[in-house]
Formats: sequence, C-alpha cells, structure tokens
Amino acid sequence: MKLRFWFLLPARIWLTMLLAVPLGIICVYSLLTRGAYGGVSLPWTAENFTRLADPLYGAILLRSLWMAAAATALCLLMGFPLALFIARARKWRGLYLFLVILPFWTSFLVRTYAWMFLLRDTGLVNAALQAAGIIREPLTLLYNNGAVLLGLVYGYLPFMVLPLYSTLERQDPALLEAAADLGAKPLAALFRVVIPLAAPGIRAGSILVFIPCVGAFLTPDLLGGGKTVMIGNLVQNQFTTARDWPFGSSVSLALMTVVVALVVLFLRRDAEEAL
Amino acid sequence: MKPGLSLYAAAVYAFLHLPLLILAAFSFNSSRFTVWEGFSLRWYRAALSDPNLAEAAWNSVVIAIVSTILSTMVGTLCAYGFWKRRDRVLSNALYLSLVTPEIVMGVSLLAFFQWTFRFLHWRLGLHTVILAHVAFSIAYVVIVIAARLRTLDGSLEEAAMDLGATEWGAFRLVTLPALGPGIASAAMLALTVSFDDYVITSMVAGVDSETLPMWIYATARRGANPTINAISALIVVFFGALILLSERLRGSQK
Repeated sequence: MKLRFWFLLPARIWLTMLLAVPLGIICVYSLLTRGAYGGVSLPWTAENFTRLADPLYGAILLRSLWMAAAATALCLLMGFPLALFIARARKWRGLYLFLVILPFWTSFLVRTYAWMFLLRDTGLVNAALQAAGIIREPLTLLYNNGAVLLGLVYGYLPFMVLPLYSTLERQDPALLEAAADLGAKPLAALFRVVIPLAAPGIRAGSILVFIPCVGAFLTPDLLGGGKTVMIGNLVQNQFTTARDWPFGSSVSLALMTVVVALVVLFLRRDAEEAL
Repeated sequence: MKPGLSLYAAAVYAFLHLPLLILAAFSFNSSRFTVWEGFSLRWYRAALSDPNLAEAAWNSVVIAIVSTILSTMVGTLCAYGFWKRRDRVLSNALYLSLVTPEIVMGVSLLAFFQWTFRFLHWRLGLHTVILAHVAFSIAYVVIVIAARLRTLDGSLEEAAMDLGATEWGAFRLVTLPALGPGIASAAMLALTVSFDDYVITSMVAGVDSETLPMWIYATARRGANPTINAISALIVVFFGALILLSERLRGSQK
C-alpha cells in the first residue's frame, strides 16, 4: 500500500512541527539560563531543575497532586451512583447519557464563569443566604482551594461517568440475582460484586479526571483568584509575568513526567483500541 | 435502594445543569446585580453592539472553520492510513497531544513560534492560532473516524480493486462515501474544541487576534458583567443545537 505513506504524511508533519519540536524546545530551554530581557541564553545549567526542589515550588506541585486526587475522589463519589442509575434505567437511557455529555460540549470557560457568577460576594449563593437571614455579611466563597476543587469536579465529572457507565452497562444482571440467592444483601452485593467488577471503568475514569486536573490552568486561575495555586498557574506565570522561560520549561517537564508516567502505568492497555 | 439512587442521580444532574441555567436566566435580568428586577434584553443588546466582542467572535469563527477543515482532512487521511496498518510512533504522538496539559502545549508552541521568528518573517496572529488548533484537534478527528472505520468491511475495497479500481479509486469511491457521517461528527467535535479553547489560544494569539474565549476571560477577570451571561447563553444555545444535529447524524449512521 504505497498510498498509505502519503495519507499519514500530513499528520506526521503537523505533529512533528507543532508537537514534537515545541516539546523538544522546552527540553532544551529547561537547561539554559534566563535571558536578560526574557527569552533564553547560554550557559547550560541544571539549576532550573534543582530549583524545583525549593519548598515553595514543591508545595505547589504537591498541592496540584492533592487537588487532582481530591477532585478525582469526589468525581468518583458523585459519578458512580449516577452511572449505576443510568446503567439500570429501563427507559430514557439515551436521554440520561445525553444530559451527562451536554455540559461537556458547552464551553469550559463559560462553565467556570458560571461558578464565579454564583459564588462571588454579590453572587446568587450569598444573596440567597442573606435574604434567608442565615448570614449578614457575604461569605468569601470564591478565590480559595475549595472553589478550585468545586470547579474541577464540575468540569471533569462527565469524564468519570462515561467510562463507569460503559463497564456497569455490560455487567450481567444475573450476577446480582446470584449474589441475592446466595444470601447477599443489596449493599453487600454492591461492594463485593458490582464495584470490584467495575474496576476497569473506575481506573479509566480516575485517570481521565486526574490528568486534566493536575495540569489545570483555567479553573485555578479564575476560581483561585490569580494566586499561584496549582502547577499550571506556575508554568503560565513563568512564561508571562515572571519571564523566566527556562524555569517555566523545567516546571512543564516535571508536569509532563507526571502525566506521561500515569498514562503509561494505567491507561495504556485500555486506550490500545481507540486509535 | 432504587428511590435513593434516583434521588442521588437527580441531585447530580442538578449540580451539572443548574449553574448554567441560572447563568442563562440572569442574562435576561434588567439589573446589573444578582437581584431579579425584571425581564430585559439589554445585555443581549450590549453584547451584540460591542465592537470588540463582535471582532473576537468573528476571529473565533474564522479560526474554528479553517482549523476544522484542515484537521478533519489531516485526521481522516491519518485514520484511514491506520486502518490499513498501525503506526506506533504516530499513534503515540496523537496520544501525547491528547494528554499534554493545555498550558504546557501553549507555552511550548509559544516558545516554538518565537524561535521561528529568528529566521522567518512572520508574527503571532490568526495563522499561528490556526496551526496550534489543528495540532490539538487531529487526535479527536482520528478517534472518531477510526471508530467509524472499524465498523466497515475491508473486503469491499478489495472487491473494488479486483474489479479494476486503483488504491485511490477504492478509497475515494468506496470508503470515503461510507465515512460521510463519521467525518461530519468528527468535524463537529473539532469545531467545538477549537471554538472553546482559551489556554493554548491565549499563548499563541497576537495583539490583533483576540478570540471570543479571550474576550470572555478578560471581561470575567475585570469583574461581574451580565454581558458575559448573555454571550454565554448564546454560545450554549448554539452548541446545544450543534450537538443535537450531530446526534441526529450519528443516529442516521445506524
């Protein structure tokens, strides 16, 4: 098949020029020194990587991992019952699934702004609480880790529900009957039959949520209020206001290492079929 | 257990949809504040008469259409090539483009474009945004088209070639027409991811190439503004219509 070469060529060129070369440049820049007016200059140095060990940056990296893990756990907690509900629905299953996918198709930025609108000092939540006489002064609901966590869960919940649904949907209902016949109460059947058998979906969903969360920029930026909350903000900050491209590059590489390691460890087998 | 589960599901659906519904409802509020004063279309008028917003929306439309056409062509050809025989390096590169955090892709593309300025006479602008958008859209197109190709019977092409068709003829006359609905839904997906992107776009856009998400971001950072609610509602309705259309297309595939 000679034609195959020409069919793959455009994608090869595009991904080489606009993915591989740019990431290669980041690798090179991470070993250079910061230029006097931004940009990079010689000499070569490993200092950008030793700076990563600074407690200040270590704390940001750890916080990103922790926030992503917490968001993943919350998505699992919210998403599993929902996926179970959809998988067991007899009617309108298509509609229920559509309602999960719908927010995924609407602008991520708009969905994040919706929470700014609800949570700000003069937002609906504070206005409602004040009108109900529960509080006098508005609560500071925005610009903290809790708001960022909420935004992450809201943004990536569909990624958790879809793989969970596809494993739960394939489970044979006869398994539950068998468990009941053998004397298992519904909760015991849930924890000892349904959840263990859904492990592939739990794994895939968790990785699909964790990966975008750990590298998130927009959510911590808008809901975290411009503080350097997560590693994505640190990268952006180094390339814009701080103008320290070499350090920004080394932070980017640290983030890439985390992401690629997770994919290789957990997602490789499941993803083999998709492409 | 069943009623409890339904109640829980209803609560999660409310969590997913209420914020956007409230956002949209307050786009019709005549007051600037989060207190309902009365129905009004003033924020829609404000949105539609803002020249910066109009220019940003126009840029977004141009970028989305051009990058969708390019990424759909490149991605369809690539998926077809994979269908013949897998290519491990290229498919790993596509996975990499999917999992690379947007901010990392953004800064790496910025560094790349800045580097090319040393020997190429060009600047950041709509073209750099389009190049970047195609780079991250190809993988989505390939996944959708590859799923469609798996349902096709490869022996149809062999039959066509036994009857004298060239390789290209077999592709163009047999496989490509069967891919039609798949290509349409791949293009829809590419269009949405392009139209929606803020993070990568903001890194590679020039001074004259502000997009709609960049306008929303900049305005949201300055504080609450019901004009954002109005434009958000318009975007949600537009993409709601688009996804309904693409679901119908997918339905007609069966």
